[in-house]
Amino acid sequence: MATIHIDGRAYEAEAGENLLQTCLNLGLDLPYFCWHPAMGSIGACRQCAVVQFQNAEDQRGRIVMGCMTPVTEGAIFSLAGDKAQQFRQNIVESLMLNHPHDCPVCAEGGECHLQDMTVMVGHRDRHYRGRKNTHRNQYLGPLINHEMNRCITCYRCTRYYNDYAGGTDLAALASRDHVYFGRHQEGVLQSEFAGNLVEVCPTGVFTDKVLVHDYTRKWDLQSAPSVCVGCAVGCNTMPGERYGKLKRVHNRFNAEVNGYFLCDRGRFGAGFVNSKKNLLYPGLRQPEGTYDALDHHQALLHMQQACTTGKVAGIGSPRASVEANFLLRSLVGAENFSPGFSAHEQPLVMEVLQLQQHTAAVIPDIATIESADAVLILGEDVTNTAPRIALALRQSVRNKALAMAADMGLQPWQDAAIRNLAQDQRNPLYIASVADTPLDDVAEVAISLAPNEIARLGNAVARNIAGEVNELPDEPLRPQVEAIVTMLMSAQRPLIISGTGCGTGTVTAAAAQLANALCAEGKRAMLCLVVPEANSLGQAMLCDADAPDLDQLQHRATSGEFETLMVLENDLYRRGPRFQIDALLAAFNQVLVLDGMDNPTTSLATLALPAANFAESEGTIVSLEGRAQRYYPLFKPPAERRPSWVWLLACLKELTHKDVEALHHFDDITRACANAIPALSGITAAAPDHHFRNLGQKIPRQTHRNSGRTAIGANVSVHEPKQAVDEESPLAYSMEGLNRAPPGALLPFVWAPGWNSNQSLHRFQGEVGGPLKGGTAGVRMLLSGTPSPGVSNYPEKGEPPFLDMPQGLWLLVPRQQIFGSEELSALSPGLCELVEDAYIEICAADAKSLGVSAGDGIVVGDSLATLEVRINDDVAQSCAGFSVGLKGAENLEALHAVSLRPADNWRRRAPTPGSEEVIGSDRALNSEARTRGRARQRPARPQGTVPEGPHV
Amino acid sequence: MSELIPVCTDEQLSETELAAIDAEIAHVPYRASVAIDALKIVQAQRGWVSDDALQAIARHLKMSAEELDGIATFYNLIFRRPVGDKVILLCDSISCWIKGCDGLTQGVTDLLGVGPGETTPDKAYTLLPITCLGACDKAPVMMVGEELYENVDEQTLHALFGKGQA
Ligand code: SF4
Ligand code: SF4
Ligand code: FES
Ligand code: FES
Repeated sequence: MATIHIDGRAYEAEAGENLLQTCLNLGLDLPYFCWHPAMGSIGACRQCAVVQFQNAEDQRGRIVMGCMTPVTEGAIFSLAGDKAQQFRQNIVESLMLNHPHDCPVCAEGGECHLQDMTVMVGHRDRHYRGRKNTHRNQYLGPLINHEMNRCITCYRCTRYYNDYAGGTDLAALASRDHVYFGRHQEGVLQSEFAGNLVEVCPTGVFTDKVLVHDYTRKWDLQSAPSVCVGCAVGCNTMPGERYGKLKRVHNRFNAEVNGYFLCDRGRFGAGFVNSKKNLLYPGLRQPEGTYDALDHHQALLHMQQACTTGKVAGIGSPRASVEANFLLRSLVGAENFSPGFSAHEQPLVMEVLQLQQHTAAVIPDIATIESADAVLILGEDVTNTAPRIALALRQSVRNKALAMAADMGLQPWQDAAIRNLAQDQRNPLYIASVADTPLDDVAEVAISLAPNEIARLGNAVARNIAGEVNELPDEPLRPQVEAIVTMLMSAQRPLIISGTGCGTGTVTAAAAQLANALCAEGKRAMLCLVVPEANSLGQAMLCDADAPDLDQLQHRATSGEFETLMVLENDLYRRGPRFQIDALLAAFNQVLVLDGMDNPTTSLATLALPAANFAESEGTIVSLEGRAQRYYPLFKPPAERRPSWVWLLACLKELTHKDVEALHHFDDITRACANAIPALSGITAAAPDHHFRNLGQKIPRQTHRNSGRTAIGANVSVHEPKQAVDEESPLAYSMEGLNRAPPGALLPFVWAPGWNSNQSLHRFQGEVGGPLKGGTAGVRMLLSGTPSPGVSNYPEKGEPPFLDMPQGLWLLVPRQQIFGSEELSALSPGLCELVEDAYIEICAADAKSLGVSAGDGIVVGDSLATLEVRINDDVAQSCAGFSVGLKGAENLEALHAVSLRPADNWRRRAPTPGSEEVIGSDRALNSEARTRGRARQRPARPQGTVPEGPHV
Repeated sequence: MSELIPVCTDEQLSETELAAIDAEIAHVPYRASVAIDALKIVQAQRGWVSDDALQAIARHLKMSAEELDGIATFYNLIFRRPVGDKVILLCDSISCWIKGCDGLTQGVTDLLGVGPGETTPDKAYTLLPITCLGACDKAPVMMVGEELYENVDEQTLHALFGKGQA
């Protein structure tokens, strides 16, 4: 701590911290542009100027940049002095020379940091009478809009995009007053994290294109604290609504999870909420296959009848809330409730939960991942399965740079100096995966192996670390094993990442084994296991290890055990090959489906019930680190849409089920679930219950300035509608209430006087960049580093063999896509343009032997699928990658051995330039974007071992 | 919409260019360090650096096209558009401005029929303004090709670009 003097007042401040951050911490308004709490200082914009005095006698002082000046004991500054004020005004005036008078038509207006800073410095009159520069804007893809004239050359965008997120296709071009931030040529921005430019850019250069096309100002948006349902990371979000439509998603700061940034699946993947395919009324299937619309009374009657004629089975969903799943499970009974994973995936996810419950290693949150000093990834392509983790890993490899800086006496915020110092020196990241991954460019080693070989590698490393080295001499992967052992043993905080992504439990078990071995050696090892969906882990916690999977349910149904099937928010056709799901559904006389949108499963339902989606309902989900988090409705669902928990609770009440007598509110279900399921006992603490009040008041979803409250429906009726009431949460559908430092889980939007943009966040943080004043959202339910007594080793799985594919067969290995592999985000406007056609990926030699080239068609197995060929020499030998979850690849299953043959009558995809069908994903990729990836290793295999996987 | 689709070519660097660039690479720790030299080498051969050429250099240096373009467009002597055989660099910085460079620009325009940034139809000359050529004491100053002209006046222009000269 140091004492400093600002404008004659003494303050206590952290020595070494930069003055700008210190001022913001102290609640003083010091304008800035280029500094960013997650990216540090470079002193580029000159906006944060203050006067520093040499000593008490010094009357003149000199101008210094706040963001570049460390706090030292006894330092004397002036923010308010004329000289500093005038300087800051001049800076804004100079930025305004070329800035257009655009605010009324600018998507940033009303939440623009440039507007805020201009007002803050008091600049008013413009003296410049010359012409302003005009730039040509670029097409940057379907997600991000470009309006270069508004640029103030703060360099935040390139610093974020290139330095922080590892992108390569955005640059500062030209010089002087022609500087231009864009691409070499027009085209889709290639980074999976490009969307953060919308929030990073302090002006309206980069804006949300989907929002721009159907625009609402921030002050007119109704927002709610929400959680991304795009993957299992559970990033915190603040979606905004107007006219019953979700307009955009902004980042909601969570110091332990997403920090300041989301991935593009999360930011742009929520548009499905507005889909035309949304179910609005319950539909009862008629004999001729059409549906009759019902109201909710009739629907409930049918539900009740269905539940009383014969036995009911239930299929839950890893994308539905814990509460909805819990109610369905109560309704049908635990032994008749399947969690809704695919039969293949169910044991994998269940096992991941067990591994985490029993590990001695730390289960890191995302912020802790950034602290790792050596990382081994076994099999998981995190950029495509849990994207935010990849962004964290890109920071973790920089710890070496930070350590070098510390040795030199540099502060961590001195960004340019540190990057200069370290150049390309990084902490080691070792990737073993089935094919190349977008993180390869920062990896020390990247190696392509078949899934079981990845497990073998992990096991060998674990055994070596545990001191059982005897098997190593014949180990073909010996050089790799030795390199990894050295890397992990010389690290202080080694991190092992794996997951269900490559389709086998041997890999996750090996990862856990390895983490435990490191712990046994006294390392503070971390273990991060990725599961596929937003609530996969919650679903595993809810269900017993022997919960029936889809196959078992089908067998029991076929034997006549069940009359009715109730499906909760789950398109079963994504859970297995078509013929299997057809058979499953055909085994029941009645199929009731609750879901938000029309899909192949709802289309076969005897009764389809419209379920509210995440933006219309409340729910708890459990992220991959075991964090229970709550999302809140943004607006009330229209027509007869109801949250699944409401449908199910109402049905249970109709059936006068004994367990639900005392349940009335959402919170009651959460509590009942916590009481009934030990693994989920923590969920009540995920967020305050509906009785909570913020200093006696509800928390408003709308800003003070929200307009049109009484007139918004005037085109329909001139009578003022009653404000919607929220009985289920501490939030209000209103501008009345208090949004001051609410609990982190209840933060609907950020705004503070004078700070209209997202930069106002610092007023909600205890310290700039630190946790929210109201506490970090969510509750961790997996206690890290405390293995259950008596469990130190996992069931021995035997050493997975090397892959030995017979001639003419390939092992199908999953290839996930950030855009497309997840069901709902892929349906969102904008993002859907980036979803590629399903493909099969083989190496050039295999393609040659099959007589196909890139873009040709290939038939997989016995007509399981006919897909486009991609040539990729980084696919592990004898493996064929297939795009998971994309249309056309539904029948393919991971780790099956399949034959491949060229397709007859294949029409190559060739979008004609100028045709309306050209969409984002058709554009040629920027071939340079990934050129910096390291050359991958593709080790040869020993011959004569046993093939794995069933043959098809 | 066709202009939105990047043109893909497999433009190659010539043997000479590659050899010259590789000779530079041999002296530095990172390939990207020779970016400026590589651009100069290619420009010396081709007169300017086209998008295709830039992409070829970027591939060779294992940089993204954006990174290299950021460098290429930063320097005003790397030409990213075709120029004439000779480039007229007319200084318009302080000293030369005081000594009347505006009139000289007009003079060149009158004689050659091209304004700043333009190339004569016969591709002989391109006129570009430039900041300080470092010979302020002899202002106004101009470069034509490799040649520096000091104390430039109407006569100089006539001698260089007058009828029968150019
Ligand atoms: S585009 Fe935005 S972030 Fe980038 S330099 Fe300009 S104002 Fe700053
Ligand atoms: S990483 Fe996952 S949770 Fe986070 S924004 Fe992306 S899709 Fe959503
Ligand atoms: S914020 Fe300090 S110079 Fe830009
Ligand atoms: S100002 Fe023209 S040469 Fe220096």
